[in-house]
Order: sequence, then structure tokens, then C-alpha cells
Amino acid sequence: MAWPELHGAAVAGIVDRVAQRYRRDPTCLVQILREVQEACDWIPPEAIDRLQVVLGVPRTKIEGVAGFYSFFYTRPRGRYRILFSDNITDRMGGNMALMERLCAALWIEPGKVSEDGLVSVDKTSCTGMCDQGPAMLVNNLAITRLTEARIDAIADLVRDGAPLADWPAEFFAVTDNVQRADLLLGPNPAPGAALRAMVARAPGRSEGGAAAMLEEIRRSNLRGRGGAGFTTALKWEACRNAPLKAGQQRFVVCNADEGEPGTFKDRVLLTAHADLVFEGMTVAAYVLGARRGFLYLRGEYRYLLDPLNAVLQRRREAGLLGADILGIPGADFDLEIHLGAGAYVCGEESALIESLEGKRGTPRNRPPFPVTNGYLDQPTVVNNVETYAAAALIALNGGDWYAGIGTKQSAGTKILSVSGDCARPGIYEYPFGVPVRQVLQDCGAKDVQAVQISGPSGICVSAEEFDRRIGFEDLPTAGAFMVFNHSRDMFEVARNFVHFFQHESCGFCTPCRVGTSLLKNLMDKLHNGHGSPYDFTEIEKLNQILLSMSHCGLGHTACNPVLDTIAKFRPAYERRLEHTDFAPAFDLDRALAAARQMTGRDDPGAHIVPEAFGEEKTS
Amino acid sequence: MSQTFTLDDKAVPFEDGETILQAASKAGVFIPHLCYHPEFKPHGSCKLCTVKVNGRQTASCTMRAAAGMRVESDSEELNTERRALTQMLFVEGNHFCPSCEKSGDCKLQATAYHLGMMSPHFDHFFPDRPVDASHPEVLLDFNRCILCSLCVRASRDVDGKNVFALSGRGIKTHLIVNAKSGRLADTDFTLADKAAHVCPVGVILKKRRGFAVPIGERTFDKAPIGEVLVKEEN
Repeated sequence: MAWPELHGAAVAGIVDRVAQRYRRDPTCLVQILREVQEACDWIPPEAIDRLQVVLGVPRTKIEGVAGFYSFFYTRPRGRYRILFSDNITDRMGGNMALMERLCAALWIEPGKVSEDGLVSVDKTSCTGMCDQGPAMLVNNLAITRLTEARIDAIADLVRDGAPLADWPAEFFAVTDNVQRADLLLGPNPAPGAALRAMVARAPGRSEGGAAAMLEEIRRSNLRGRGGAGFTTALKWEACRNAPLKAGQQRFVVCNADEGEPGTFKDRVLLTAHADLVFEGMTVAAYVLGARRGFLYLRGEYRYLLDPLNAVLQRRREAGLLGADILGIPGADFDLEIHLGAGAYVCGEESALIESLEGKRGTPRNRPPFPVTNGYLDQPTVVNNVETYAAAALIALNGGDWYAGIGTKQSAGTKILSVSGDCARPGIYEYPFGVPVRQVLQDCGAKDVQAVQISGPSGICVSAEEFDRRIGFEDLPTAGAFMVFNHSRDMFEVARNFVHFFQHESCGFCTPCRVGTSLLKNLMDKLHNGHGSPYDFTEIEKLNQILLSMSHCGLGHTACNPVLDTIAKFRPAYERRLEHTDFAPAFDLDRALAAARQMTGRDDPGAHIVPEAFGEEKTS
Repeated sequence: MSQTFTLDDKAVPFEDGETILQAASKAGVFIPHLCYHPEFKPHGSCKLCTVKVNGRQTASCTMRAAAGMRVESDSEELNTERRALTQMLFVEGNHFCPSCEKSGDCKLQATAYHLGMMSPHFDHFFPDRPVDASHPEVLLDFNRCILCSLCVRASRDVDGKNVFALSGRGIKTHLIVNAKSGRLADTDFTLADKAAHVCPVGVILKKRRGFAVPIGERTFDKAPIGEVLVKEEN
């Protein structure tokens, strides 16, 4: 069905059906909006009319939420909504030329909807396919390995109006690319083995059993795998000890909002080792006495939803989820999957919880922390996918076994998502303490200039530092490992990351909302050849304000790529300081771009400066 | 209770549950702020009230006071950063003080004076924001919105109406009203609402009452914002 044939009554019918499935629960608003959009291709005003009634919430709340997430559309965006992944690795793979090619074939402009309402083409933040990019999303389904031939085929399919189900299956193929496996990515233990081992260690679901499991986690020295490295046992213990008010319970949440550009290891864990992850969540539930849990899956991984739900169903049937797990009376735990909708900031745990509650994904004021005041203001543990997988193995093999792997401060293994300039991109699992140089050698990277560890919010490591080691004591990481050879311009790398943060800033606090835009404008000014030392000091000042005044980690780290590349690749910036005195960012010739576009001209006569002719093709 | 914390070398008493900003205000010390209002739940978004607590920056409107805290507020470093935040708020919207009805009563303008802001410093964004003149009693000029959400909180928590909300994300965050048409006239908003009287800048304005008080005789023309708010908010 397509708009505008869809009339109000039909929309209301769709809304009723979707809302019913979510028990008309306003905390499921993000999920409800997603499903309404999947049915209607967008969120029409009539759907919001009906949602107001069936959910009993004001229109402002629904529009506020719908307006926050990149993947929700309150205006028609076409039957085919194509988004090109725009991580730096996609750029290096030529995504911009491919986007231009598709737009030319479809006779549309990037960011706009075709006049017949058939298709829109735009960019989106990294979709987590960096080892098999350039990548795109079509109606939120991932397509990998874009080539000119594939783009031409897609243009034909769109023009023919072919349903996505009829598109070649190989377009949607996502491979795991496991290049080096260790504990987590090795052979899967039998589903339930970790739970059985945990119960066998301290028989019965008593306080003692949970305490014994917590003790194993403590002995393991496991630390959170999302990047910050908080000690897992401390987090679980704080939540376990948090007082419950009448009617309250504890919650287990798995953060699978893998939005940090260059990171794709959770995708592989959830594809090939989902049982291990769910089993780790069940272990946490056992320790906390939690009966409900959530997996918050990023919207870019929509294609994983059905397979993951099938795993959950299989576990329920096997007595590993639901009531009386493993036949132990009262051992109840179940979990549901919530999908994100294109908001990097929801990887921040309190923003993630807001999103789970059906709200705008704005980070909360802290303290209080989620361990005491989390989901619905109740004690909640939020951990990364990899953390839960590790917890399952600790339940299986014990804490001492785990603590013996890796280094003193960083026990266990770390999964790296390797992409960029190397012969063998993919997933590499190492015991903590592996030097950067070793990873580079294993992935076949040559002539390496720099490695961006842990994504844009992480650390940019230059060649002199390749003996540094992955681990909390040296190079902490959430998993991204993007390789840049000497042909890459590190200023452009930093500029791509600054654009990313500007796009993903939630807009709640002044310094990040405005500061990331100002930073983006200054980096663009340098890129456009108007830079002077004045702009350079301005960039440094902005970085300081972002660092000290921002509300959450997004703002605090938004300046990292710039600070790091200034410190380590200063010539890449100095090359761009073309003026010794201040020059304005305003460029008369560039300002005429809109006029040129309207008249369809880009000849020398349509330019103030004839040399600028043809520049508009390179964005 | 005789608990105290130190604010710029001054001992400030506080009661359990009070924030640093509340306790400071009671003690007659002004910490600049725009999104905080004593009648509403603190929001913590404008970040002007950022102080250093034991060396770490935090918003003083949301941080509870604790005995023995060492709080730094009126320092060159923090005031410089607050000034930059104020400049950010100016360039992100369209603020033309000389022609604004709120000039002299505007907390953004008064805060800028307080912090010694002499220019907007950053390049203006000149956003394209519409004006909503649909309502018979009230004009909405979104050009001046600083996204403090005071009207959102007032309408939701006091008026029980949810007339206002924030939508969009990042630099595109904007105020919306509770109507399918997006027009204030199609909501149940009235001039009697609390939300009609909390805007710190010139977004929500009563119609047909232009320049009733001459420039030069307005609130912050007579006394600086620090003095006014410390008196008003206690």
C-alpha cells in the first residue's frame, strides 16, 4: 500500500493493530512508531491522531519522539528510503561517487524525495558494515559491498518498483568475517551449559547461589566492554543492593546500540553467538533477581530482529527463558528486543533507558545512576553485548579461569572490528594486551599512517605508538580499529568524525548542540581553503568548552578526533591554513551554488572565480 | 541543620536535598542560569550554571549540595566558558535586541551583560524560523528560542496541558505546539497559563502590548540580573 491512497481509516487500523500488540503501552512508543512506519512507509499525521487516542498521550510527546530519531519520518520519504552509510571507511571505499551515480540514475538529488514519491536517497551514520562496505540501508535493511554494477542494478529495481523481497538475496548478505577467534568466538557451548554450571556451583536458587555467581564475576576481573571499562561485579552488586520500593523490580539491559563508527563486533556476536549473549543476560538476572530484560538493538541491525526472536523462542521452549528456568521454581526471566531508530546517543546508557521508555534519547542528569534509578526509575544493569557473552563463559568456567587470561588490569579477551586500509578486514579476538603492531600484521596492513582505536570518540594512534597495547591500562577500546595508510589525509578523517558528532548530538545541552555545529563549520572552513591560524585557535577553544561544559560523553569526546590529529598530524592542518590573517568563511562563489543548481549550469561563466568550475562534484 | 559547603572560599549552609544553585541563591550568591527556575524541576541543559565541584565541572542546578564540597563558581575560567555558551545561544538563534519587546526584561540579554559579553564572537547561523501569530492573545517568535524548556515544564507540570514540547535533534531541536496544524491557535493555550509567563527570552509575547514600559526603565535596566534573581528566586 502506498500513500496517498491510504486513507485515515486504514492508517487507524494499522495503528490499532500495532498498539494492541504492545499492550497500548506508551513506554513502547519507539517500537510502535517503527512498526507503523514499516507499514505506512512514514508516520502520517493521521497515525499520530490515532496514537494520541489509543495510547492516551499528547500529540507533542509523539511528535517530539518521532522528531528525535533519524529513521522516523513525519513527512513522506518515498517507498524506497535509501541511506548510504557515511563512515570514513565508506568514504574511502568511494560511497560518495556511488551515491552520485544512484542519484543520477534515478534523477533525484541527495536528501530529497523523487517527484513521483517513489524514492529518496540520503546519507546516514556508520551502519556497522565497515569490513564489507561501502554499505547502505534500504528501508532499514542492510545492503553491503556496493559497486557500480550493484548500484545500477538497484536503480533498475527501484524504477521497476520491485518489492524488496524480490531483490537478489546476495545484496543483503552480511558475512561474519571472523579472522581470529579466541574464547568468545570459538565453538559455542551448548545452550544452557553456563546456566547449569552456575546452578551446580551453588545448588538451588537461593541468595547463596546468586552471591556465589557474583563472587565468580568479581574474581574474573571482568570490566565493561562498551569502552568505559567499569568493573562488572561492582555494577551488578550496586544494582543487587539497591533498595526496591513497593511494586518495583530490577532489570537487565543489553546495550546492542553499536553506533560507534567502525564498530561491528556486536553484530557478529548476535549473529553467530546469540545464545551466549542471552545466557549471559540470564546469569545477570540470576545474580540480580531480575525477571525482565531488554536487548536494545540498533535500528541498522533490523535484519537481525527475526533471527534473534527465533533464538529467544527456542530458548523458551528449551526451558532456558521464561518461568522456572531449568525447572527451578521461581527462577523466572524473560526478555524482549527493542529496536533503536538511528540515534548514536542512545548508546549512552541513560539515553538508552529513556529510549526504552519510549522517549527522546536524551541522556539523564546523573547521579542518580541506572543501577539505582534506571528503567522506569528502578534498579537496572546496562552492559555491552560482549560483556554478557563473557559473563556466560565465566559462569561456565569460573572467575579464576577468566582472570588468568589477558593482563592484570584487563582480564579476558577483546573483540576488535578491523576495517580500513588492510588486506583482511573483519573480526579479530585477542587476549587483552595485544600490541597494535600485532593486529596490523595479522590483518595485512601495510604502509600504515594511523589507527583510530575505539572510533571517533576514541584515540588516534600514530606509527610511533604501534607498540602500545590494547587494554584498559593503555588503549581502552569498545572495539573499533580503523586503519589509515599514508595516502589518507588525516584532516579529512577528523572532519568526517566532526560531521558525525554534529549529526548525532542530541541537542539537549548548549555546548554540544551549538559547539559541534561551530566545530563542523570551522573544519569545513579549513577544508574550503579559508583557514588561518585564527581558526586554528578557535578550534582549540571550542574543544575546551565541549570538554568541560557538555552534558554527556558525546560532547566530551566530540573534540577527541580533532585534538588527536592536531597533536599527531599537525601538518595536515597547517597545509590548510592558507591565509596568515583571518579570512571570512563566506565565499561568494560558493554562495551562488544554489543559483547554479536552479539554472542547471556549472560552466565557467556561472562562476565568480572561473577556476572553481567543476568543484561542486566533490563534496 | 548546620551543614556547609565552600563556594569560592565562602561557607554556604544548605539543607538536605538542596542543590548547589538553591543553596547559593539563598546565601545571596548568584550563579548564572537560564533553564533553571525555582518553581520547576531542574533541567540542566543550558549549562550556564556549571561550577567546579572538587575540581570537576557539573551543573549546579541538578547537583545536590553535600557537606564539605569545594565549589568554584565565580572564576575567570568558568565565566569565560559561560560567556562562550551565551554567545552560542545568541548565534544559534536570531536575536535582534534593539527591536525586541523583551529587551531589558530578557534574561539572555541580562546574562550577556553580567558576563561582559561584548560581541557574538561566533559566526551567526541565521536559522530560518517561522513566527506563529495565529493565537488571538499571544505571539510566538521562535527566532529567540533558547530551548530552555521552561514553557514545556510549566505547561506540563503546572497547567496540565502539554502545549509545548521539544522536537527534532541536535542543532535542529525546536519547540513545537500541541496541534495537528502546528499552530498555537489550535491548542487550548491561554494567557492565563503559567507557560505564558515563564519564557526567559522573547518567544512567548502578549499581543497588543508593545513597549508599554520604555527602554531604560525595564527590569534589568534598573538592576543587574544577579541582584534581581537572588531576590526574586528566594
